[in-house]
This record gives sequence, C-alpha cells and structure tokens, in this order.
Amino acid sequence: MYEFSYHKASSVAEAAGLIASHPDAKLMSGGQTLIPTLKQRLAAPSDVIDLSKIAELKGIKVAGNVVTIGAGTLHAEVAASKDVQAAIPALAALAGNIGDAQVRNRGTLGGSIANNDPAADYPGAVVALGATVITNKRRIAGDDFFTGMFETALEADEIVTAVEFPKAEKANYQKFPNPASRYAMVGAFVAKTASGVRVAITGAGPTVFRWNDAEAALSKSLTAAALDGVKASADNLNSDIHASADYRAHLIGVLAKRAVVALG
Amino acid sequence: MSSITISMSVNGKAVTAAAEPRTLLVEFLRETLKLTGTHVGCDTSQCGACVVHVDGKSVKSCTMLAATAEGAAITTIEGLAKDGELHPMQAAFREHHGLQCGFCTPGMVMSAVDLVSRHPNPDEHTVREQLEGNICRCTGYHNIVKAVIAGAAAMRS
Ligand SMILES: Cc1cc2nc3c(=O)[nH]c(=O)nc-3n(C[C@H](O)[C@H](O)[C@H](O)COP(=O)(O)OP(=O)(O)OC[C@H]3O[C@@H](n4cnc5c(N)ncnc54)[C@H](O)[C@@H]3O)c2cc1C
Ligand code: FES
Ligand code: FES
Repeated sequence: MYEFSYHKASSVAEAAGLIASHPDAKLMSGGQTLIPTLKQRLAAPSDVIDLSKIAELKGIKVAGNVVTIGAGTLHAEVAASKDVQAAIPALAALAGNIGDAQVRNRGTLGGSIANNDPAADYPGAVVALGATVITNKRRIAGDDFFTGMFETALEADEIVTAVEFPKAEKANYQKFPNPASRYAMVGAFVAKTASGVRVAITGAGPTVFRWNDAEAALSKSLTAAALDGVKASADNLNSDIHASADYRAHLIGVLAKRAVVALG
Repeated sequence: MSSITISMSVNGKAVTAAAEPRTLLVEFLRETLKLTGTHVGCDTSQCGACVVHVDGKSVKSCTMLAATAEGAAITTIEGLAKDGELHPMQAAFREHHGLQCGFCTPGMVMSAVDLVSRHPNPDEHTVREQLEGNICRCTGYHNIVKAVIAGAAAMRS
C-alpha cells in the first residue's frame, strides 16, 4: 500500500470540504473495495477521507411508499432491518447475500453503488426499483446513475448520502454467485412497479442494464412462460475466466425466469 | 510519512501506539501489539484468517485501517479464553477436531462466535452459509461445521 494521509470526517460537510481541498484524495466508506485496491497498489490517493463515522449517512427510514437508506448503512444492517424486510423483502435478501458475513459487517450501500463494480448486486436493485440516488449536491435517477464499468454519474468530489427506494408491488432478485468471490456472475432483479415491470441485469455486462425485451414480454404476462422465446444477446457481455459471454447470456434468461417464478 | 497515534481497547486492555495511517488493523495487532494469533492468509480479503471482533462484530482485520478502529473495542483470538479456560467454541474445535494445520482456525473461531450471536441455534446449512468468508486450505470443513454446531450448543448452556 502506498502512503497516504488519513482524515476521519464527522459530517458530510466536513468530508465535502476535505475532498474539495485534496483533489487526489479518495473517500472511504466500508473500505471493502478501496482497501483491497490500495493493497494491490491499483490506486495511490494522497489522502483517505474516512466516512464511516458520519452519523448522518447511516440509517433506514420508511415514509409512505419510499424506503430511504443512508449511504453509510452496512449491508448487514439492510439485511437485518425489519423495516426493509417488510417494505421491500427482495432488497433485504439481496443485501444478505452480498459477499460474506464479514464483508457485510463493513461494506455499505453508498460504497457499493459509487464503486459500480460490474458484478455488484445493489445496482440491480437501484435500477429495477427505479430508485433515486441522493448526493450532497443533487438527486440522480437510478436509470442515469450507472454510466459504465466502474463509472457513475458522480462528479469527482460528490458524495452519495442516501438512496430512496420506492416500494414495489412485487420484486425478486436472483443471483448466480461466483463460487470464490460471491460476486454476481449474473444477477436478475425483476420488479413490478407503479411504472410497469422492470428487469435489471447485473454482473453480465460492463454495468447494470435494463433488459427491454424481457420487460416488454413480462408487461403482457408476468409469467416465466412469457420469457420462453426471449433470448438475451451475448453482444457486449463480459467474457472472462469465470464465464463466457454466451454462458452469461444464457444465465440471464434462467435467472430472470427464476425471479419471475419467485415473485409469486 | 508522519505517523499518527491510535488508541483502542484490545481484549479488554486500553492500548495506544503510533502507526502510519496506512497501517491495517491486522498489522497493528500483529506487529505493534505482537498479538500474532490473528493470521493473514491472503491479499484479496477472501480467506478470513484475519477475522477479529470490532465492537462485537466479526470483520476482516486485513480490510480495515487501524485508524478506523480508533476508540473501538477489539477482541482477538487471544481474548477468548478466560482464566486459562478455553472459550466453549475453542473447546468444541479441539473436541471435534475442527482443525488440521490450524492456520485458518483463529478466524474460523472468531467468525463462529459472531455467527452464534446472530444464530444461537444454527443448523448445518446456516453454519456453512455464515462461514462463506472463511477458507480452510486443509479443507477440513466437515469437522469445522460439527465443531461450530457443538460450540453453539455449549454457548447456549
Ligand atoms: C470478499 C468480498 C466479496 C464481495 N462480494 C460482493 C458481492 O457478492 N456483491 C457485491 O455487490 N459486492 C461484493 N463485495 C463488495 C462489497 O459489497 C463492498 O462493500 C462494496 O463494493 C463497497 O462498499 P464499501 O462501503 O466497502 O466502499 P469503499 O471500499 O469504502 O469504497 C468504494 C468506492 O466508493 C467510493 N465511495 C464510498 N462511499 C462513497 C460515498 N458515500 N460517496 C461517493 N463515493 C463513495 C470510494 O471512494 C471508493 O472509490 C465484496 C467484497 C469483498 C472484499
Ligand atoms: S487475510 Fe484477511 S481475508 Fe485473508
Ligand atoms: S486447518 Fe489448515 S487451513 Fe484450515
């Protein structure tokens, strides 16, 4: 790990001031992605700004139809939250299947979506549920947030503070975990929302995307059979030692069907 | 790079030491405090040999800065036995031969104790799922799972 200076921020305003005055700094939330990256010397920030003690970034609130989760909320807290389990059970289940128990005890929602690993789980929920990402500067629609592999709409000095997830009528997430890392080789999040059926696919491409053909078919009939003739294209999908693009395309269909069946 | 002063409680004792900001919690424990029971088995945050409890929750100490743990209460494998008596989970690992070379054992035991705090009466499936973050390169998983179930029972009584 290269050397850096360390700052523990106690408020979002303080963190924003620090990142503005240290252009080569990195924000750190749970560190479950950043620290492995630093250990491999894939990043050399001048400063690390620790967000993990900022109280205003933590917590879960349910108001009416919207579940608001602070960016600093741990995966373990989302998984164990009675409020999330009642309002959007698929979201609690998703959080409970991220990585392993120790990763869930440190990793956070904000860190996961800001990082936008192509194999991360939360992006599937943000897009399929039509969530809104709140930052210290603005509100960003989930559909516009994930822009490419490890790329988001965030500006360099912008801090995610929370995500607003609207409740869905029904929702389910199915993941094919990589047996070693537990990251998603492919994940399919299917939601019946106020604005129709939405299908988000994570793990398969450079970033999460909506599977439009499946949405069209499921809008007519929300049954696994409706997906029988619908094939995901392998074009632009990831191909690596874990799975070829063709295999990932196949998994998309299988997992989306499983999610539809599990919707009940 | 100038060092910073870090204070925390480790196994019930207050400690304060100087360390570089980049110091990992596991380095602080092993190299500064000479508590070498916590192991390092990988560079990718996957093996769990380094698991300790931070404020009662299991975390990978290779994936947390010592500076982040400022003010926290840390328990390592050295802090489990009380008055020369093994913790029930340690005793269960010995009884059920839940270790071969022993390299993964400190992390397995620390994860297991945390698992029992969330699942006081875990079945085999729960144990296997909850130990996903711990890898045993001797692959002695069957006995580890048996040990955890027995250790959980001993912790309940
Ligand atoms: C062994 C292992 C297995 C894993 N398995 C999975 C898995 O199955 N599924 C999955 O989805 N993830 C998985 N992860 C990743 C895990 O979920 C991480 O917690 C997550 O990707 C990053 O969250 P973090 O809070 O640790 O962020 P950090 O590592 O602290 O930060 C990640 C990035 O986000 C930036 N950042 C952090 N917080 C903010 C913020 N509030 N605003 C703006 N930028 C911010 C940081 O600058 C950094 O670039 C795994 C990780 C490990 C080590
Ligand atoms: S040494 Fe910490 S997970 Fe391997
Ligand atoms: S007992 Fe040897 S690594 Fe687990």
